[in-house]
Amino acid sequence: MSADRRLARAQPQGAEPLLRVDDLAVAYGNVEAVHGVSLAADKGRIVTVIGRNGAGKTTLLAALMGLLPSRGRVCFGGDDVGPWPVERRVAGGMVLVPERRELFGTMTVADHLELGAFARRRAPAAARRRRRDEVYARFPRLAERRAQFAATLSGGERQMLALGRALMAEPALLLLDEPSLGLAPLVVRDIFTIIAALRETGVTILLVEQNARAALAVADYGYVLETGNVALAGPSAALAADPRVAAAYLGGERG
Amino acid sequence: MDAQIAALLAQDGFTNGAIYALLALALVLVFAVTRVIFVPSGELVSYGTLTLAALDAGKTPGMVKLLVGAAVLATVIEVVSTLRRREARRLLPRVLLWGGVPLAIAALVTWAAPLKPPLFAQVLLTLAAVGALGPLLYRIVYQPIADASVLVLLIVSVALHLVLAGLGLYFFGAEGSRTPAFASAQLAVGSMTFSAQSLFVVATSALAIVVLYVLFNRTLYGKALRATAVNRIGARLVGIAPDFAGTVTFTLAALLCAFCGVLIGPITTVYYDSGFLISLKGFVGAIIGGLVSYPLAAAGALFVGLIEAFASFYASAFKEVIVFTLIIPVLLWRSLTSHHHEEDE
Ligand SMILES: Nc1ncnc2c1ncn2[C@@H]1O[C@H](COP(=O)(O)OP(=O)(O)OP(=O)(O)O)[C@@H](O)[C@H]1O
Ligand SMILES: [Mg+2]
Repeated sequence: MSADRRLARAQPQGAEPLLRVDDLAVAYGNVEAVHGVSLAADKGRIVTVIGRNGAGKTTLLAALMGLLPSRGRVCFGGDDVGPWPVERRVAGGMVLVPERRELFGTMTVADHLELGAFARRRAPAAARRRRRDEVYARFPRLAERRAQFAATLSGGERQMLALGRALMAEPALLLLDEPSLGLAPLVVRDIFTIIAALRETGVTILLVEQNARAALAVADYGYVLETGNVALAGPSAALAADPRVAAAYLGGERG
Repeated sequence: MDAQIAALLAQDGFTNGAIYALLALALVLVFAVTRVIFVPSGELVSYGTLTLAALDAGKTPGMVKLLVGAAVLATVIEVVSTLRRREARRLLPRVLLWGGVPLAIAALVTWAAPLKPPLFAQVLLTLAAVGALGPLLYRIVYQPIADASVLVLLIVSVALHLVLAGLGLYFFGAEGSRTPAFASAQLAVGSMTFSAQSLFVVATSALAIVVLYVLFNRTLYGKALRATAVNRIGARLVGIAPDFAGTVTFTLAALLCAFCGVLIGPITTVYYDSGFLISLKGFVGAIIGGLVSYPLAAAGALFVGLIEAFASFYASAFKEVIVFTLIIPVLLWRSLTSHHHEEDE
């Protein structure tokens, strides 16, 4: 615990990070799945959280988004967002691409992008159109399929749609839950290329992954989550070089 | 039965069926977005007819008291929850929305009632007064238990139905009312005659359906309601609050119910408790559509209207029995052929 604290504090230099999580605990009924996790993400950085199946990564993101009740503090952009419902966090610029994608099966790709900007509905229509064209430029596959129902998209296309929908909300902080899940290696590479490219837009990304090698390659800073605790943290290059990480998360895996 | 009678019955069937279709759409909408089986829809239909009848008689409809009471209660709830969430900045708009709007409608209705405005204005007042009950009922009754199981929501719906029926008796008395016809002409086409009233009902229902279609397929807010119906979590993640979707849905549903009450007023005598049976027929239509499909629900409701018309010709005493009995094979067939899609995308 005290080691986590020290590591978490070691990251941000100077300015207040965009996201700061202190001692976050999340329980399902009586069973606690995340125990006192602390982490931070500086503005414009990509921060990754890696960990095995069941480590609590999805639970952590759901709690950050307000989908699950939690104890501890979540500060975003200087505000304590604890009492905020999900929708207000979205309006504030926190946007989650969930593990299960949560698309609207019987609605078209174009509808998804339109709804993605729901939290920005008071922005000028021209700005929303420009944003949509940017998303289509980033994901040409979606542009070709704008009239297709989400339920009929391939796995990779769904993931792109989930990402595209999230980008329409003009996120300041993008929370990505295993964007490479269930995708063929080539598509995984595309997705990580896109994530790396998103850095240019200035968005801060909290990337949850099991594909540790690819995640550490794209991220600036990383946390290793083990059974609901932060076991290790550090700049991603240092983590990738750490023998404990190499043995447990990088062994044999070639991403 | 000769062709002439059959044509008359069909005309009756389509007229009632069109009204049931609107109710079926309201019920499917409410269920899809909020998982509530909206049993009290029938009371809102009765309130619609009886409010219009009261206005037509130059009296202030008693339901204005409910509107005032519900507005005060909803405002108190909103103020408490706003302060608890430390959103003091949003206090004023919320008080205006939850208290100001319904109280203004209540005041307007009370002021206008003795002036006996023209029928069209009476209809608008009726729609505003009964329509305003929708979001208030949602805010007070359903929103606090929005995450409860479908069964709990149903039980609450039944309770609310009983409460509203009791209040209906208190507000409007036990006598039934009929409202004046919107149109009284008879149109002859060849050997068939159509009553202008029937054509009016069918045409306005069709118009309402077109408006709903455009709303749900062309507007952002309509799409937001559909998104909530398809995937609640996905909808929340793009910033559509379930409470917001529920409020809009109940407003639309209450407007539709009030509109049905307005349409049915000149056709049958409506008592404080007549709405239940009317909305039950809409409900049967909705069930035929599996509570998810709008076109099937509307078609099912038309079918119910037709069966009812012919049943009332052959055995009018057993009309309701025949309607609800003939529905059983349809429901069996539906339940055998439809698969349940749970909420996976
Ligand atoms: N709804 C739930 N009810 C009870 N326990 C749950 C629930 N969801 C998750 N858990 C438990 O919480 C723990 C953390 O789960 P979580 O989904 O956060 O893991 P994860 O790190 O995202 O795993 P994966 O890599 O497989 O997605 C697991 O032990 C899981 O069994
Ligand atoms: Mg997970």
